[in-house]
Amino acid sequence: MPEINLKGRDIISITDLDKAEILHVLKHTRALKLKQQPKLLDGLVMGSCFFEPSTRTRLSFETAMQRLGGRVVGFADPGVTSAKKGETLYDAMKIIGQYCDAIAMRHPIEGAARRASEATDKPILNGGDGANQHPTQTLLDLFSILETQKKLEGLNIALIGDLKYGRTTHSLAQALIHFNARLFFVAPDSLQMPDHICDELKAHGVKYTMHQKIEEVADKVDILYMTRIQGERFADPMEYERIKNVFVLTADMLTGAKSNMRVMHPLPRVNEITTDVDNTKHAYYFEQAENGLYVRQALLALVLGKLK
Amino acid sequence: MTKQNPKQLLVSAINNGTVIDHITAGSALKIIRLLNLASHKNVVTVGLNLPSRAMKYKDLIKVEGREISPAEIDRVAILSPQASINIIKNYEVVKKFLVNLPAIIDYVVVCPNPKCITNNETMSSRFHVIKEKDGIKLKCHYCEKIFKQNDIKEYKNN
Repeated sequence: MPEINLKGRDIISITDLDKAEILHVLKHTRALKLKQQPKLLDGLVMGSCFFEPSTRTRLSFETAMQRLGGRVVGFADPGVTSAKKGETLYDAMKIIGQYCDAIAMRHPIEGAARRASEATDKPILNGGDGANQHPTQTLLDLFSILETQKKLEGLNIALIGDLKYGRTTHSLAQALIHFNARLFFVAPDSLQMPDHICDELKAHGVKYTMHQKIEEVADKVDILYMTRIQGERFADPMEYERIKNVFVLTADMLTGAKSNMRVMHPLPRVNEITTDVDNTKHAYYFEQAENGLYVRQALLALVLGKLK
Repeated sequence: MTKQNPKQLLVSAINNGTVIDHITAGSALKIIRLLNLASHKNVVTVGLNLPSRAMKYKDLIKVEGREISPAEIDRVAILSPQASINIIKNYEVVKKFLVNLPAIIDYVVVCPNPKCITNNETMSSRFHVIKEKDGIKLKCHYCEKIFKQNDIKEYKNN
């Protein structure tokens, strides 16, 4: 098997990584979670370019770099950059690439991270490009699944909520193609998983079914992956009022759940998981968010060539 | 009553140049624009919705005095993947070849996603061609959205 080397690699889309590379990242994530390396990225600088608001992703990227001994420069509001003067993303990223050793970025336009990777030779880590990709989220989701289930192969996984527009569920479904998962899609008809993802799953022999209620799957699955349904997705406000309470997870829905079952959520949650779930053994979304730190540490160290 | 010869040419023959035949009906004018076929003073003959045994309807373009290269025609292959090209010298077909749909299409296709970076910055588009049983699909290199051919509404010339 060829040696895995992610030095200099851009992490733009989860589909850029093959199964061996994903497992390689998760292995290093585990090692860093168990034992921190506070000098590993000493002397290196990460550009933190957030053209769109973010709390968890930006802070965890920046903390990841700093806890490995590296430094961070950047911005969290494009209003302070020359993007406001009409500078192209290409030019901006070319220049920032000359200052930094790696760049973590988020941008509201889809494909922005791929475009940025053409502007600079320095590795780009995509922290979300519009509704397109958010690969570090998918990697931390996979890590959290592995951590709670002790395996990734052959699990029953339910994806719940806005499956039409939610990029996290698209990327996770794509990544699970590698791991022989059985998928359950729980969403209102108008927000079900889009055809192009279903076609891809079918082409790879992934089994999935569509459901209307969380109760139909809660006792069967190893992971309940919740996402938020946003009111603005509905043309008809009455339709939103009708379904908004159907896709809310409460503690009493978990009484028959398998003991290994864990509830995950990319956060922020609004009301789709009631707070009584937080106190059950099934809740895992806060630990999941913490894992974002270790995944981003592993990725930074790998693309900067400091871990092999 | 004389019966019309079914093989009779509907457009006149050319001396030297290129005939692009078996063009998907409705695509000829777009191809002329994308390949700048009408930017010179030579004769260009266009046939739209001509009867075709294999395709039912087809378009056809005859360009006098210009030899179109396979690389040029492949750029617009997405508009008409089954077109055939005849190079004419002295009223004779001296070379005949088919359009070859490339694995990657640069420039020509405008991404239908208004939130795609290619529609928000001055840059060229790039699509990966996915050949499937029921037709061709295009995946945007940037926004990663997948489109069927009839989702593509706009084509551009560089």
